[in-house]
Amino acid sequence: MTDVPVIRAEGLRKTYGEQLAVADVSLEVQAGRILGVLGPNGAGKSTTVRMLTTMTHPDAGAAWVAGHDVITDPQSVRRVIGVTGQDATLDELLTGRQNLELVGTLSDMSRRDGRARATQLLEEFELTFAADRMVKTYSGGMRRRLDLAASLMAHPPVLFLDEPTTGLDPTSRLRMWEVIRTLVADGTTVLLTTQYLDEADTLADTISVIDHGLVIAEGTARELKASIGGDHLEVTLEEPDERAAAAFAPLASGAVQLMDGGRRLRAPVVPQRGLVTAVVRALDDAGITVDDVEMQHPSLDDVFFALTGHAAEEPVADLSDEAAAQDMLMEV
Amino acid sequence: MAAAVETRSPAPTQHRVSSWWRHVAALTHRNLVHVRREPAQLSDATVQPVLFTVLFVYIFGAAMVIPGSSYKQFAIAGLVVFNITTSTMGTAVGVSSDLKSGVIDRFRTLPMARSSILAGRTFSDLLASILCATIVLITGFVIGWRPGNGIPGVVAGLAVAVLFAYAMSWLMACVGLSVSDPESAQGIGLLVLFPIAFVSSAMVPTQGLPGWMQPIAEWNPVSAVAASLRELFGNPNPAALKDNFPSQNPVFMAIAWSLVIMAICIPIARARLKARTID
Repeated sequence: MTDVPVIRAEGLRKTYGEQLAVADVSLEVQAGRILGVLGPNGAGKSTTVRMLTTMTHPDAGAAWVAGHDVITDPQSVRRVIGVTGQDATLDELLTGRQNLELVGTLSDMSRRDGRARATQLLEEFELTFAADRMVKTYSGGMRRRLDLAASLMAHPPVLFLDEPTTGLDPTSRLRMWEVIRTLVADGTTVLLTTQYLDEADTLADTISVIDHGLVIAEGTARELKASIGGDHLEVTLEEPDERAAAAFAPLASGAVQLMDGGRRLRAPVVPQRGLVTAVVRALDDAGITVDDVEMQHPSLDDVFFALTGHAAEEPVADLSDEAAAQDMLMEV
Repeated sequence: MAAAVETRSPAPTQHRVSSWWRHVAALTHRNLVHVRREPAQLSDATVQPVLFTVLFVYIFGAAMVIPGSSYKQFAIAGLVVFNITTSTMGTAVGVSSDLKSGVIDRFRTLPMARSSILAGRTFSDLLASILCATIVLITGFVIGWRPGNGIPGVVAGLAVAVLFAYAMSWLMACVGLSVSDPESAQGIGLLVLFPIAFVSSAMVPTQGLPGWMQPIAEWNPVSAVAASLRELFGNPNPAALKDNFPSQNPVFMAIAWSLVIMAICIPIARARLKARTID
């Protein structure tokens, strides 16, 4: 039953004039799962979402949402999807409540259901206090929340979120993650694009990494990390010792690398219970004093760097960290 | 889990028609809320008619001689047509503002017919046209205009004028859908509307125009509507003295022009919207 993907794309391609936006994207999302589409700005994430949500015709390839062909039967697709884009798609001159009720009516909900649902969503997204104010008075975070609420009006079983947390402050971001988790717990299928590796890592069941319009890797976060070499153990000694490598080697799964003139040793390991203790004990038995031990798990940043040769995110000053922002300015 | 992805069953035709009307009503309501929030949007249909009516009647009226009557009695029918024609500019600006705003992307992913967006826009502008025409008539009445055929004549004339305004609204929708932003819509809209509104019998009897311009003015739909209103209101209509088909059959011409404009512009507007919302 769960083998039938709710979202399926095969060989999607889209060019805008000379610009190749999406070269070849295929993906699948199973019911009740989150697929994270991860890539830098301009990788083709938004264009992929636009094709899957019937806003843009692909030049080649095909896609289905809940079994409906996005090209030949877009109306049926629109009945099962909710879409939240990077820019809020709201009517600035209507109130928050009027926006939601308009979406309700246009989704063929009855007036009564639309009203009740709007009230409920305003409550859930903590917008009740501003429900009857014009959207043009809303802050960025409030618009994002209202926009997501609008996407959820008709209880869509499939949700597309295009960079849902880009530009949000850390608190709003965490709140957005909570909302997404709750939705999936209720059975919603989600396709989420992001340029934040930690976001994909935290939320997504599976991840498709795309760059220059191509899927360059896919799998779970764990699989992607494993594909670039797994965990490493780094040991720092009190002072360099030539016997250390021999003592460490039997417990490592590959060559032991010496750094810092032999003071630091690093080797790939297969994580298992008691491994770190065993390494420390082996060195201790050889009469070598250990200062520090660090288990290194590869991050998705490492994965992205290994796959593409460039970092996923441009360094952005964290707003919560004034000092870091200052440093950034100094460097510029 | 599979239950979560079941499609809501497609609506039967009967239901689809009623849901189309609900969508149109909701979108019309949305446009009216916009007007309430930003009343300046409606100045074309409220302040301008009063201003134009008073200015034309007292300034042109001072220089214009209408045989056997006064310019005031002649001008009000023309001012109704002139004002509702230029107020259809609102459709061009409204449509292009919608296309530029983020809300169009929301509409694109909802299971609604694209045609309801245009229908909602032209309906709210139809209401604006009715308001605009009524304001001209009230202003005219206050300054001394009197319809010879009473209330039924005024209502019949109003119906012809509003039908024409509705048709012009679709023409202006095509303009709004063909330009990139509301400012261009306004510019191009003026360029289209002003010659149509002025080279006509709306404000002056065509007998005074240069010879080459007379046939253009006679066949201009605005002249047909203005002459229809004069006939129906029971006001002086100098065009009736001219011996050509449009001058002799103004009501027929006014209705025919309105239907032809709609027959051409509605399909174009729908196709343009489709082209602009699928890329």
